Amino acid sequence: MTITENKPSKIIGTRLLRREDPPLLTGEAKFTNDLNIPGALHLSVLRSPFAHAKIKSIDVSAALKIAGVIAVYTGKDLQSAWAAPMPCAWPVTTDMKNPPHYPLASDKVNYVGDGVAAVLATNETASRDALDAIDVEYEPLKAVVDLEDALSDKNVIHKDLGTNKSYTWPLLVEETPGCVEEAFKKAKYKVKERYVQQRLIPMAMEPRAIAAVPQPFGGDITLYSSTQIPHILKVMTALTLGIPEQQVRVVAPSVGGGFGSKLDVYAEELLCMALARKHNTPVRWVEERTENTQATIQGRGQIQHVELAADEKGKITAVRVRIIGDMGAYLQLVTPGVPILGAFLYAGVYDIPKAYDFSCTSVFTNLTPTDAYRGAGRPEATYAIEMAIEALAREMKIDSFELRKRNYIKKEQFPYTAFSGLTYDSGDHLLAAEKAAKMTDLAGVRAQQKKQNVPGATKLLGVGMSSYFEMCGLAPSRVLASLNYSAGGWEAATVRVLPTNKVQVITGTSPHGQGHETSWAMIASEKLGVAPEDVDVLHSDTAISALGLDTYGSRSLPVGGVAIALACDKVIEKAKLIAAHQLECAVEDLQFVNSTFSVKGSPDRALPLAAIAFGAFTAHNLPDGCEPNLEAQVSYDPPNFSWPFGTHMCVVEVDTETGAVKILKYIAVDDCGNQINPLIVEGQVHGGVVQGIAQALFEEAVYDSDGNLKSSNLAEYLVPAASDVPSITTGHTVTPSPTNQLGVKGIGEAGTIGAAPTVMTAIIDALSGLGVTSMAMPASPQTVWKTIQEATRGGKK
Amino acid sequence: MFGNDAELNMGGLKMKVSITVNGKTHDGDVEPRTLLVHYIREAVGLTGTNVGCDTSSCGACTIHMNGEAVKSCTILAVQADGASVTTIEGLAKDGVMHPMQTAFMENHGLQCGYCTPGMVMAAIGLLNENPKPTEEEVRLGLEGNLCRCTGYHNIVKSVLAAASAK
Repeated sequence: MTITENKPSKIIGTRLLRREDPPLLTGEAKFTNDLNIPGALHLSVLRSPFAHAKIKSIDVSAALKIAGVIAVYTGKDLQSAWAAPMPCAWPVTTDMKNPPHYPLASDKVNYVGDGVAAVLATNETASRDALDAIDVEYEPLKAVVDLEDALSDKNVIHKDLGTNKSYTWPLLVEETPGCVEEAFKKAKYKVKERYVQQRLIPMAMEPRAIAAVPQPFGGDITLYSSTQIPHILKVMTALTLGIPEQQVRVVAPSVGGGFGSKLDVYAEELLCMALARKHNTPVRWVEERTENTQATIQGRGQIQHVELAADEKGKITAVRVRIIGDMGAYLQLVTPGVPILGAFLYAGVYDIPKAYDFSCTSVFTNLTPTDAYRGAGRPEATYAIEMAIEALAREMKIDSFELRKRNYIKKEQFPYTAFSGLTYDSGDHLLAAEKAAKMTDLAGVRAQQKKQNVPGATKLLGVGMSSYFEMCGLAPSRVLASLNYSAGGWEAATVRVLPTNKVQVITGTSPHGQGHETSWAMIASEKLGVAPEDVDVLHSDTAISALGLDTYGSRSLPVGGVAIALACDKVIEKAKLIAAHQLECAVEDLQFVNSTFSVKGSPDRALPLAAIAFGAFTAHNLPDGCEPNLEAQVSYDPPNFSWPFGTHMCVVEVDTETGAVKILKYIAVDDCGNQINPLIVEGQVHGGVVQGIAQALFEEAVYDSDGNLKSSNLAEYLVPAASDVPSITTGHTVTPSPTNQLGVKGIGEAGTIGAAPTVMTAIIDALSGLGVTSMAMPASPQTVWKTIQEATRGGKK
Repeated sequence: MFGNDAELNMGGLKMKVSITVNGKTHDGDVEPRTLLVHYIREAVGLTGTNVGCDTSSCGACTIHMNGEAVKSCTILAVQADGASVTTIEGLAKDGVMHPMQTAFMENHGLQCGYCTPGMVMAAIGLLNENPKPTEEEVRLGLEGNLCRCTGYHNIVKSVLAAASAK
């Protein structure tokens, strides 16, 4: 059954170059905004310049006079266009407050960037020019920007809800009632920490783009969108617009990165579709970068209060966590679920008793809605536990790596049933951590640090680390049901062997940079014994791939890839029936080796898959009851999450005079089980790590007290450039997942989860001699310098 | 950026330009405010050159003008009158990719591919100026081009590989 056990891999595990690359490298690939759609009208959206204001009046008359402008719509004009508000698919509690959210605001705007009016024009220039000619009279209201301020309900944003609080989601697990409180009373050591997860802007390099093409007489509409989720989008837009689902086709052409920001149902998608139908003509829209920072979702946005209790050896005896989550102005597709995805991970990779008290209260603010951004809840949780472990080590005056070792879940404890009831399928945290330490030359760096970090030194060396567990590959559908998620966690695959022995794989995953075409072809190639170049992989068009749940949450390989392997198994089973019939032998006497069915013990009685495929196509000589053609479809619901893990370490040098942080060395040891294509795995780690480094050092969506975004473009929001980041040294351990036949786990988010705490613990380590024990993210030179000043001034008193 | 130029659009004031793109001369009329990147994408119909920002920060639109790598969003089409422009579509010859394109493929220097055309054009420009750069020189030389997927590791590796293959 398990590939790795029964035969040596020929394709899986090789560094096959990506088939995606040539069209992308030559400009041949078509992103949504590259599509040539004759006659398309251009949509532009007028956005609120106020974070919170009443709309008193809107005068569109001047805009309508501009040459090329076809129509201008306000929120009121379009109220009848919507069968339902914009969807939130994750009502985490039954009493969750969810304000109605429509593509255009009607009476009140709730964040800078909230849509107020829509212009349709024959060209993009005219539609953008018209925005300036629309006269909106606003009555500004007090903006709610701060989370704790939001919680106080001094100013309630959505009056009908009566509160800014959306929900409180508790997870209290106690062996005996009151045991958490008891553990804190008895604890020899305790830490109580507060961390702020700043808001981040996902900033996929391709801004969002959309084209809706109606066929008025055919009754259908095709939506081209730079989305991660064509399948979910199809259902959700059909429901929101009141169109029968079968009349909507969604296509995601080449998509230029997502990181969660394209895992949503957006106002502009609905506007394009509604207006395309209204005008019986294609409507397209492309986002400007400034719109992207304001009107595409942002990530993170949490205040975390974390407490650990530990015994005299430092063994953690209880965990208490209180989160305030920033939902922004409205709930987008999975906004409320993001903190909940992290709720199970505040014990990190550590063996703790059933003494876990988590609660998250999420609030509305007058800011851009948040939603899933690479890692979604899990980087936040990992940051909190890893920083708290460091705090505990400082409290105990022991080395933090030693403290981690005392608490790691041990290899022999897997499969490990956690306090939460979840089963961690496999892991070897100590192995990964020791490998990282060796690759870092931890002992050598510590020795150098002793020499370098002497009193008066201005360039201080620090070593940081974090060990993480990622709960990904979302997930068994039943588990998602218990979390009130509105969809399942399965994935679909179809595998078809064509008459000429070429293979089509149709997947429900929807790649946007992950190289699925290459990896999925490798899986089918390995299973069927055909060359990878003979496998075509089709995806991201609901007319071709009718079933699927798309790409997010590091799910594509452990769910979608496994579905392909299972579909190949089904194809082989069917081919075997045909082979047995034609070779006149029993099915159980056949073996399938090197793409050939042969009778065990009589190798000359054999038929290659190619012959069976052609025979299945002609259907001249099939067993009774056997359908023609060689194809199989699978919908695979995984029995568990996938649990990749690892340890990252880095060495930094902090300049105490300028506050500048330089990463000298970054080591990432990740374990995603068996690797289909190590080239692609490494690429995922590199990119993920740099996004985590970016959170630690550079990025923040900065708002002023009126709710204006001060970092609304790429000149102000510091996405790191090549010169800002180091090379990444990757290593890995391989602990195959026992829950799927490929032994694989997800890897898309691991880098991001591991990196931010690794960098931050290194900075604090470098500055520990100066009395620095905490540091806000991003650790910009200014923040680092100020923190040093505060610590040293405090120390001198 | 050209907020008060609406009347130019309305008045139909256009200027004649003649720009050679990938060896083929295109004569046309453009509004004075038309950026070269929009001219390439819309008038010439070559969509490999991408737009990723509105502040000339991302470099996705990098092309070669008269042999030099430039961001085509920082140049008006009228400024390129008479110039020779090479876009990403002009690199491959006779169905064979340019060595820089091959280096990016062999070193997994791209993921989603959106920044890639600009990155490749910038990298070729970098090697034209400095044929044997160090890793640090590559990183500094590409700082005007942003990538969100790769963390730059394999982009730097690609450029160094292309340099050493020369």
